[in-house]
Formats: sequence, structure tokens, C-alpha cells
Amino acid sequence: MPGEVPPIMARAAAPPSPSMSEPAAAPELPAPAETPARATTPRAIKWLSLHRMQLRALLLGAISLAIFLVAWHLLTKYRVNIYIRFLNVPSPEAVFERAVRAAHDPKFFQHVLLSCRRILLGFLFATLVAVPLGLIMGRFRLARDFIFPVAEVFRPIPAIAWVPMSIMLWPSNEESIIYITFIGSFFPILLNTLHGMTTVDTVLVRAAQCLGARERQIFREVYFPATMPHVFTGLTVGMGVAWVSLIAAEMISGQFGIGYFTWEAYSLVQYSDIVLGMVCIGVLGLGSSALIRGVGRLVMPWNR
Amino acid sequence: MTSTERKGHIKVDNYCLRYDTLDGWVDAVSNVSIHVEPGEFVSIIGPSGCGKSTLLNTVAGFLKPTSGVATVDGDPIDGPSADRGMVFQQYSLFPWKTVRGNVEFGLKMQGRDKPSRQVAARTLLGLAGLLDFENQYPDRLSGGMKQRVGIVRALATGPKVLLLDEPFGALDAQTRVIMQQILTNMWQQLKISVLFVTHDIDEAIFLSDRVYCMTARPGTIKAEMVVPLERPRQPEMMNSPEFLALRGELMSLIREESLKALGGEVSADALKGLSINLHGSSLSEVI
Repeated sequence: MPGEVPPIMARAAAPPSPSMSEPAAAPELPAPAETPARATTPRAIKWLSLHRMQLRALLLGAISLAIFLVAWHLLTKYRVNIYIRFLNVPSPEAVFERAVRAAHDPKFFQHVLLSCRRILLGFLFATLVAVPLGLIMGRFRLARDFIFPVAEVFRPIPAIAWVPMSIMLWPSNEESIIYITFIGSFFPILLNTLHGMTTVDTVLVRAAQCLGARERQIFREVYFPATMPHVFTGLTVGMGVAWVSLIAAEMISGQFGIGYFTWEAYSLVQYSDIVLGMVCIGVLGLGSSALIRGVGRLVMPWNR
Repeated sequence: MTSTERKGHIKVDNYCLRYDTLDGWVDAVSNVSIHVEPGEFVSIIGPSGCGKSTLLNTVAGFLKPTSGVATVDGDPIDGPSADRGMVFQQYSLFPWKTVRGNVEFGLKMQGRDKPSRQVAARTLLGLAGLLDFENQYPDRLSGGMKQRVGIVRALATGPKVLLLDEPFGALDAQTRVIMQQILTNMWQQLKISVLFVTHDIDEAIFLSDRVYCMTARPGTIKAEMVVPLERPRQPEMMNSPEFLALRGELMSLIREESLKALGGEVSADALKGLSINLHGSSLSEVI
């Protein structure tokens, strides 16, 4: 197949020793007849030219990050005060130093792990309820017409607004925080799954019918896989909202967790901890999105 | 695939299809009677919107006639079935299945076990020259390859009839000719009845034993033409006097109907009246 690894690259990779920087050992290898010119190009140069845009993106990203850090350093060093006040903002060095100490602090890890556990549970329950519900609503008009109005009433209520109600509803603080995480990620997952079901190509359904598929088989073999990319869009969005909801809930009613840690740092005048908490939340959010994308690629090898 | 006296006799009698709208009933197809003998290759040709796809979808079982009957081997058509394989213009391969997975689909629905499915699919893909691509996903394939997979998939369950809805409409001219030959070869080997919908005159004549010409809204059969060209047919045949004569005959039938489908106001007299000058040639010549 074109677009796969070109034959010459696949062959040149076969010998155990050569590294990326070595030129291809073209002479010993029988070069394919249609690409004699390619075989003589050094591998390293070819690799660079093939990955030019990615390398440029990497470089630009690094430069942009460096500029941000330098600006942060300068703003805090000179305690800039131009309407926005950097008087109490900790410097990048202070935050880094605090992060190194936190890395050896089991209590900090407890906060992080507890937040992760809450995300995992809330998000998992949301997925387990919203995906099947979305599939059913998408397949059966009756179910959709019955459930959709209620969902539309609840959907605009932000998860944070659920905090007081959640505390009343659930026996313990832990459950109420998980519930708020659940409710935050529930609607994006539900709506995307439902949307995915409505975009299933009817020609594919017809094709399946002509091949002898019955109702249940059509659901399993056509509707379900066709909706998967939309489900994963919903999961990615839902994960983002889950973090937003979790941090808000922890700041208001938590006793542990990274959101609580960040808020407590403000109360205890430990400004470096505020930034550490923020960075930590950012990294965790990034990591969980990447995880979902990775799972998506595993489950849907046909997609892209 | 056992070939023990497979039949596949399609018969459509006094078929009508009406849509109910606020302004009353609209006839999409009215009083159509066609038949396809076992092992025959029949095309339906007509201007766009004449209801030829509607007719095919009825034989496939997606639409119910408002009146009239459609049968295959005497059994009334009641919903889609694996007895009637269908190939769609929009490829319609399952993007989440590999080429082999797509071909295996019908056999899987029949409850065949995995090893035997695999053997059957690989055999068919081999015949179609697609074995090298068995593990590829459809989006990696060219249009011609996709449609080959589509045809192989429809044939894998051993249907009695094969229905094709403008299957080569989206392909370029060269690929089209090759696909037409591939389809002819498969049809001749399998001795399956084929009902083929197209708006391409050359394609209809080149492929078919018989061609039905449909009129514009409401769709009815205007004419039926037997194609006496001998088989096997080669693309060079399209330049033969016999072919050109048939082509001319069919063309004049279609042209009348296409003009009607446009709304009727584009008549030869009306065109003569246009004397607008466009770079030295009049508009009537350009149109």
C-alpha cells in the first residue's frame, strides 16, 4: 500500500545496529527497481526532510514556553504592579523548588491520588450511564422524545450549582464530590453519543440489511461502531468538564484533593503552593485527555 | 457457493409508488412492469429523478409499492434480504471493518463460523485481485477498489439477484470501463440475474442483454430495447456500427425525456429564438 512504510525504509531498518543518523546501507541491499534514486539519499537527511513540519512545531513550542517562563520570571522578579499586581505571585524558581519538595511529600501525593480517584469514579459512572442511554435514545424515537426534555432542563445547570443539593442528597462528602464530577461529564457524553447516532449513514444500514443483518445485529455491527468516534469526542469533552467540576467541588466542600490543596494554600498564605496546584491540575487534565485519545486510537484503528 | 439451479426471476407488475404530501398525492413511479429472467443482465436507464432508483429500492425491499406487486421467483418481496445483493453508488463499505471484514459480513450474519468465513472471503478477494488489501481499511482504497469490494461483498452470500444503483457513477472514465468488464466477467461466471440502474447510455448498452428506458416524473417505462451484441464484449465494440446504432436509438429516447424533465420549456423552437451573441456564436449554438 502506498502511504505505508516505503520498501526501502523497511529494509534499511532491518539490520540491528544502524541508528537514525547513519546513512542507509544501500549498496548491499537490493534496491527496488522503481526507486533507485531514493536509496542513495542518506537516511538522516531524508528523515529530517520527512519530519520537517513536526520538528518546526516542536521548536516553536519550546521557544514559546521559554518566552513564557522568562516573562513570568521577570514579572515576579521586579514585582511589576501595573493594575495587575505581581507583588505576591511566586517566581518560577520558587514554584520549581516547592515542586521538588512536593515530589518527596506523601501528603501531596495523597491529594493528587484522591482527586484522580474521584475523577475516575465520577467519569466512569457517567460513561456507563450516558453512553448506553445515548445509544438507546438515538435508536428509539420514543425513548428520545421521552427523556430528551428532562435532559434539556438539567443540562444548563452548571455542576457547581449542584454542590448544595449534592451535599443534601448524599450521605458523605466523598460521594457528593463524585456525584458533581459525574453530573459535569454526563451531558457532554450523552449529547455527543446521541448526535453520533443521528449521523449514522443510512446507506450503511441498508447495506447491512441487504447482507441479511437483523435489527439487533444492525445495532451492534453498524450503529455502535459508527457512533464510536462521536462517543470519544464526548468522552474528551466530558473529561475536561469533569476536572472543572471536581476542582470547584473540592474547593467548596473538600477536605482533600488537589483543588482543596490549591484553595488551602491561598488561605495559609503559601503562594507557591497555589501555582503548584494549578500546574498539577493542568498536567493531570492533559494526561487524562491524552489517555482517552490513546484508548480511542486502540478501539478505533480505522479512524485516521 | 453452490450453483444448484439458482433462479432469480424478478417480476414487477403494475408497480406504483405515491408520496402523500400536504398538496395531495404525488406519483413518483406509476404503472411500471418489468421482468428480469434468470441469469439475465437488465439495465434501467432514464433521466435523473425518473424513479429508477426508487424502482430498484423496491426490488431491494426498502420501499413498499403503493400498488402492484414485486416478486422474486414468485415470492413477494417483503423487506431486504441476503437473497438480493445490492451495490450502492456511495460505496457503502463499513469503514470500521477491513476489506476482508466487509466481505465476511454477510456470512457472519448467516452464522457461518470464523474459519470458513475467512476462507470464503479470501477466495472471493483473490478472484477480484484484492487479496493484497484484505487487511486494509476502506479509506485506504481507491474508488474503483472500494466498489470492487462492494460487489464482492454483495456476492459473498450467494444471492439470487444482484442489484446495482449507479455503482460506477463516481468513478473516472477509464476506471469505469475496467469495472464494467470486471462486472461482466463475474456475472458470466456466476450466472446471476442483474438489475442495473444507470444514466450512462454507453454503460447500459455495453453491459446489458436488455435496457428499459424510463420517462420523467411520474416514472413509467417508455421503451424496452434488446441489445443483440454478442458476448464476450470488448470496449472496442463501442465504436462498432451496431453499437452506435443502438446508442443513437437510445439517445433520442432519452433526450426527449430529459427535455421533459427539465420542465418542457427548453424546446428547439425556443432555442432558435435566442439570438444573443456570445463571442461570435449565438446562445442557441452554445446550449
